[in-house]
This record gives sequence, C-alpha cells and structure tokens, in this order.
Amino acid sequence: MNDSPKDVVSDVLGVLHQLREVAADVPDPEIPVLTIADLGILREVRQGQDGHAEVVITPTYSGCPATEAIKADVLARTAAVDPAARVVIELAPAWTTDWITETGRRKLAEYGIAPPQPTRTVGLQLGRRIVSCPRCGSGDTEELSRFGSTPCKALRRCRACAEPFDEFKSL
Amino acid sequence: MTEHAEARAGAPNADVAAYAIRLGDDALILSQRLSEWTARSPEIEEDVALLNIALDLLGQARALLSYGGGFSGKSEDDLAYLREERSFTNVQLAELENGDFAVTMVRQLLFSAYQYELYRVLAGSTDAQLAAIAAKAIKEVAYHVEHSRTWVLRLGDGTQLSRERSQAALDAVWPFVHELFEDDALAERIAEHGVGPLPSALRDGWQATVLPVLAEATLTVPEDGWQPSGGRTGLHAQGFGYLLAELQHLHRSHPGASW
Repeated sequence: MNDSPKDVVSDVLGVLHQLREVAADVPDPEIPVLTIADLGILREVRQGQDGHAEVVITPTYSGCPATEAIKADVLARTAAVDPAARVVIELAPAWTTDWITETGRRKLAEYGIAPPQPTRTVGLQLGRRIVSCPRCGSGDTEELSRFGSTPCKALRRCRACAEPFDEFKSL
Repeated sequence: MTEHAEARAGAPNADVAAYAIRLGDDALILSQRLSEWTARSPEIEEDVALLNIALDLLGQARALLSYGGGFSGKSEDDLAYLREERSFTNVQLAELENGDFAVTMVRQLLFSAYQYELYRVLAGSTDAQLAAIAAKAIKEVAYHVEHSRTWVLRLGDGTQLSRERSQAALDAVWPFVHELFEDDALAERIAEHGVGPLPSALRDGWQATVLPVLAEATLTVPEDGWQPSGGRTGLHAQGFGYLLAELQHLHRSHPGASW
C-alpha cells in the first residue's frame, strides 16, 4: 500500500459519507413514509475509537420497540458498504420532535398525520392547543386520546370534516 | 450504552448500581401492573393510553436496569426475571393492586408527579448515564402526569358515584406516598455525591403538582396516618408474589426463550 496519509483520510471520509447515505434512507418501521434522517434520530456517522465506523441513532421514546428494528435495518444496509460498521444507540441529548426535518413534516402532513408543534422548554403541558386537520386544514379539531397507536402519536378528530387523524406529539 | 467506569464525583459503583436498580424496579413493577389493564379498560382509547404509559415505563426500566446491572455483569433480563421477591427494591406504591379505574388513575397521578420531580433533578446528575436516562424519561412522564390529572379531575369532579370512588381511591392510595420521600443511607450517599436527589427534598415540588389537582377534583387529602414502608429493603405486600409469578413465569419455564 502506498497511500499517502491524505488519501487514507479521504477514503475514511468517503466510507463514512456512504454509510450515512445508506443509513439515512432507512424507513421508520411504524411510519414508513419517514426515513430515520427525516425523524432526526440518525445523529452521527463517525469513526469509533477502535477505527471502525459507528452509526449513532437515538430512540424516540425510551420504550419504543421500533429502535431494535431500526438498528437491524441500518446494519443490513451498512454491511454492503462496510461490514465492520456498528450501530451505537445514544440517549443523550434526548431526542425532540423539533429535530424532525421540514421534509419530514411535509411528508407527515401528506401521509395524514398532523406534524408536531414546536416544543417549549420542558414542563408540564397543561394548556389548550390548536392542531390543524391534515386533510381539510381546519383548526376545529378535538383530542380523542392523548395516546395513539404508537408512543409518539395522539388521536384526534376534525370537527369540520369529521375525519379522525393522528397527531405526532410534541416531545 | 455509555461505558460504566466514568467519573461520577466519587460515588462508589455499588451505590450507583443499587440506586439505578431501585428506580428501575419502580418503573418495571408499575409497568407490569398497568399492563394488567390490557383489554379491560373502560374504553379502547384508555386501553391504548394505559399500555403506552406502561411501555414508556418499561423503556425506562430497561435503561435503568441495564445500567445498574452492568456494574456486576447482569443483564436487564437477569434482574427482571431471575431475582426473588425480596431482592426487588421498588416502593410499595408501584406494586399496589390496580383496584378500580379510580385507584389506577390516582396511583398514576401520585406516582407520575413523583417521577417528574425525581427525573427533573436526576437530569442534572453527576452520573452521565443517569442524567441521559432522566432527560429522556421526563418528557414521557410529563404526558403521564397530564393524562392522569385529566382523569382524576373528570372522575373526582364528576358524578356522585365517580366522586365517591375517587375519594375512596385517594384514601386507599395516600398512605403509600410517604415511602416515596423517605431518605435512607443509600439515598443520602447518592445525594452527597450529586448523583440523585434526596427523596425528602422532592416532596414540596410533588405537592405543588398534586395538591391543586386534588383540590380542583373536589377531593379531600387524607390525614397522614398509617405510613407503610419497606419496599426499598425488599418488603412487599402479598399481591407482589402473584405479580412476579406472571412476570417471570415464561422466562423461568423456558430459559433463554426469545422471539
């Protein structure tokens, strides 16, 4: 091998870049219209201390069962680029729905899920909120249940078009 | 998960481990209790809600038990499935039988408000992993407080029957809150090293959340009389054995079973 140090560095960066690309496209198992990059749970692709590549993801909710599935899906894709790449799950900093990208928000709305509202500083949320219906756009909606089909969603109904819909909870 | 040998201002590993397991046991056991509501809730939305809360607690329990167990090479499964009753260090409030829906909701309000105060302080822990777990969990717990608050208001300030049953629930559950705020030698050492709050220091914040809800729900706060305790040292009520049997049966009958 006659690679100059500069070539080695650019090779490593190239692999990390490719890893990021294939990992970013992994769909969320519960909301397949979103990728893990859209969700903001793909935090980093880096070189670990032992030289192997690490794909860092963070869970949405502590108990979210999708985390294990996402880890397996990421590994299945990164193996083609770098079989030694690992997935590392890091809790800090804690995920927030504010990390969902603009693209992600648009996809959610098109999919029929009201995107999350911006979070305030951590605190008990006791006030009333206005959530627009993703189908007809009316702000006249009501909460049916704070907890929906997955940990990250609440169930609402539109009073204008009478359709029920999911809302991505602010976290 | 983070490495175990990190600096935490000198707190002994054994203390951090026991403390993490304590908090993990609270979350695990209440999660197991809540899951008994599966397909039995008053309405389907509530079934989903209770199980979502149970799932959040299970996630917190997994993180806490994995961390606490890791100091001695034990996995979350070793701790959840292979310990005997006297080794569990959850507070008795977490294991209280579900009773009627009012009991479950009052218990949830009182416990979630406690967890909220606890995690708020723990998020600033000198122990990086406990801080990370708490910073994540507190967002979930805020939803638990809000959900149980809504139900306690609706039932307490509801019909005559729902009010009577809510008051009876509060009377039955209240004695078990005192244990949440008891200091012991471990808690004192943990607080000394800035790893976690002194339990007694959480009471004021907890009351500031809970008392206004109970007042608005037209419920009367019971006198502080009987104060059962002992969960932190492994003393549990009769129903705990049945809970453990259900929790551990599959794993013990089929070691290593997975899907």
